[in-house]
Amino acid sequence: MRQLVLSLISGSLFGAGLAVSGMMDPSRVRGFLDIAGAWDPTLAFVMGGATLVMAVAWLIQKRMDQPLTETAFALPGTQLIDRRLLSGAAFFGVGWGLAGLCPGPAIASLSVNPLPAAIFAGSMIAGMSIFKIVDRPKS
Amino acid sequence: MIPGFPDADPVGGLIGGVMIGVAAAIMLLGLGRIAGVSGLAARSLNLTKAGPSWSVAAIFIVGLALGAAAISLTVGPIEADFPPATGWLVAGGIITGFGTRLGSGCTSGHGVCGMSRLSPRSLIATATFIVSGMATVAIVNLAGGGW
Repeated sequence: MRQLVLSLISGSLFGAGLAVSGMMDPSRVRGFLDIAGAWDPTLAFVMGGATLVMAVAWLIQKRMDQPLTETAFALPGTQLIDRRLLSGAAFFGVGWGLAGLCPGPAIASLSVNPLPAAIFAGSMIAGMSIFKIVDRPKS
Repeated sequence: MIPGFPDADPVGGLIGGVMIGVAAAIMLLGLGRIAGVSGLAARSLNLTKAGPSWSVAAIFIVGLALGAAAISLTVGPIEADFPPATGWLVAGGIITGFGTRLGSGCTSGHGVCGMSRLSPRSLIATATFIVSGMATVAIVNLAGGGW
């Protein structure tokens, strides 16, 4: 129960932050990626603010034996740099540049701009499903 | 306002960014997990078993939309210009969905959580998707499809 409450608070605050930051505006996100045009550096401020807070959180995390509501931290590895990571990130960048949307803002937009957000989110689910099908281990 | 960049919103960006950072910190210190939206979305759709329980992932995803709605109701309408043609949304969505699963993360997981952890994996991923996104926008503009 405590986990669900914390997750709801985290998700809601995340969505509110996306709304305040301007990152739910695809043309603004596209503007950040448009370095040769009318570049809009706002996204860099969003990233800066978020990573600054999280850098402190990581320092606190190092001093904790376990998270507040679980028995252990479940964190991904940080070292593996392989073809999957690079090609996946490259693909994601193409989709991000085409639509000006990434998963967070797209899902947050479902409540305030339902039609375009649902088209993007539905297509994103299709893309995730395609990955699941082609990634099935062969044997 | 920043001189030379009349459209930029550094203050709103910084405040929103801090809110996103606190949200991710709650997920990390409270639940011991990365607040990566693409991973939690896939988990909430049962497209992966990796990550927290289904209900934790699903309620985070619902929260994203609720939080945005709360700002729109209290502060005011959220400015948003979407691509002019549905094709951009469909193509962008499919490629984003596929790429974030293959690369194990997006702007939140690799960008916010991974970079602040100084994870080499996330630093490389973030640099890659920013460069790839910039190249994509430049190519679209050159082809006359800018919006």
